[in-house]
Amino acid sequence: MNTNQIHKAMMVLALSTSFAAVAADSAVTDSDRIEQYREMISDGNPAEFDEMRGEELWKKAAGPNKVSLEQCDLGKGAGVVKGAYSELPKYFKDTKKVQDLESRLLTCMTTLQGFTEDEITAKPFASSKKPSDISSLATYVVGQSKGIKMAVSTKHPKVKESYEIGKRIFNYRAGPYDFACSTCHATSGVRIRMQDLPNMRSSKKDAQIAYTGWPAYRVSQGLTRSFQWRLNDCFRQQRFPEPKFASEATIALTTFLAVNANGAEYVGPGLKR
Amino acid sequence: MNAKLMSITVAATFALAMAPVQATDLDTKTAEIVKRDFRDKGIAKATRVNQDELQAACSKYVDKLPPKLKAKLEAKEAEAIKYPADGKFMGDWKAGEKLAQSGRGMTWSDKPEDVPGGNCYNCHQLSAKEIAYGTIGPSLLNFGKVRGNGEDIQRYVYARIYNAKASNACANMPRFGHMSILTESQMKDLVALLLDPESPVNK
Ligand code: HEC
Ligand code: HEC
Repeated sequence: MNTNQIHKAMMVLALSTSFAAVAADSAVTDSDRIEQYREMISDGNPAEFDEMRGEELWKKAAGPNKVSLEQCDLGKGAGVVKGAYSELPKYFKDTKKVQDLESRLLTCMTTLQGFTEDEITAKPFASSKKPSDISSLATYVVGQSKGIKMAVSTKHPKVKESYEIGKRIFNYRAGPYDFACSTCHATSGVRIRMQDLPNMRSSKKDAQIAYTGWPAYRVSQGLTRSFQWRLNDCFRQQRFPEPKFASEATIALTTFLAVNANGAEYVGPGLKR
Repeated sequence: MNAKLMSITVAATFALAMAPVQATDLDTKTAEIVKRDFRDKGIAKATRVNQDELQAACSKYVDKLPPKLKAKLEAKEAEAIKYPADGKFMGDWKAGEKLAQSGRGMTWSDKPEDVPGGNCYNCHQLSAKEIAYGTIGPSLLNFGKVRGNGEDIQRYVYARIYNAKASNACANMPRFGHMSILTESQMKDLVALLLDPESPVNK
């Protein structure tokens, strides 16, 4: 990002406060408004700050072992970042698990760099006070799949199983409101207040748009958010307890959503309300 | 290990892994994973993932219940509705409008002392003045004007708010009375919001 772009990004940050304020009293839907902002910053999404931060972290020797992540295998061989995100989640032989991007980064940070899992999972999401290394790393990695079509293979039986479990979790109703993901995301053309809800159960197009725009810079929060964060916040709205970071439940859901997005070009990191 | 033995072992492992997994096994496995992978956060305790009979059935059949099971579950939900002891259903529509506007309640970011709202505008159009309404549920604009406001309709609306699953087992609307989200007097205020001729819903 050059100075000019940084200026534009700062302007968006400043606008984000008034943006939240107008959201409630206008007939314009959030997606219309987001479109306007996209045009305004067409040559610079503030998520690029996180991509740069993530790239530095990827290349820097860190952790007790003082090594970089350049030997991390994201599924296309050690050190290959380009196109890796478009094929995740995948089955990994070394961990004997199906893993999404964030759980795989967690594996590399613990096995290669020597961090403990608890250190990373205690606060895996960024706040206005503190950025999150694992989120920045994820933003860097996804940026290297921009323009590459989603191609998550279900040939491996474990991935197929993960997809099937993810589908069941998508429909799993519980909690005081009886909500499931499907309560909000299985009908086309509906919204909550002014927020359009993608139908990720039966609309291929909705499922593709919803998945390929994440991770995303959220204008209302002034932060770049990862996919694990997206799921976490939807479970909050679902009145569920908190899903453990990078747990099998979240990975299975991600497999379900990623496979449904197959065929679409990955376009993130995105820009959202 | 010689090459032949090796290939047999690989083939055997592969065959094992490829054995078709039964749908019921997947249901069981899903339940185990869900019970293990969620934790308490604030007021949202891990036990919230435990399903009651209705939630489990709607999940299993992906909201399309066999007709017999649907009727059975609806009857059970209807039986559990507690109607107001004083026989009155109409409260204060002004308080009802405030409740309908509030989307607060029961998430892990809500405090124990926060009073849950009705979330009605999240899913329904109600007053013509409020244009930021959701569309998961049907429009309730002019509800009282169209449906009248006699005793029968008052009772019907109260029951709908108390337990929407009594009339449609897998409806997407929460069971506000059944799950103790709203109190009896709050539900009366909402009945008034929908039915009182002075309410903005009917103006
Ligand atoms: C009570 C409503 C509700 C429930 C339940 C819910 N979501 Fe969402 N979801 C939303 C809303 C509202 C948005 C729009 C984004 C926002 O919050 O601003 C959204 C956005 C999303 C997006 C991003 C779409 C995009 O195009 O940016 C994904 C992916 C998603 N949800 C997945 C899920 C999954 C998976 C579940 C179940 C674990 C779930 N949601 C449960 C309300 C819900
Ligand atoms: C998460 C979504 C959601 C919320 C929140 C919600 N509803 Fe509903 N509501 C629905 C749906 C969906 C239906 C259709 C029910 C069905 O399928 O039988 C419905 C139906 C109704 C009906 C019956 C309409 C008719 O034509 O007979 C009434 C009355 C109603 N809702 C009132 C309310 C009130 C009052 C609130 C707030 C306390 C509320 N709803 C909150 C989703 C919701």
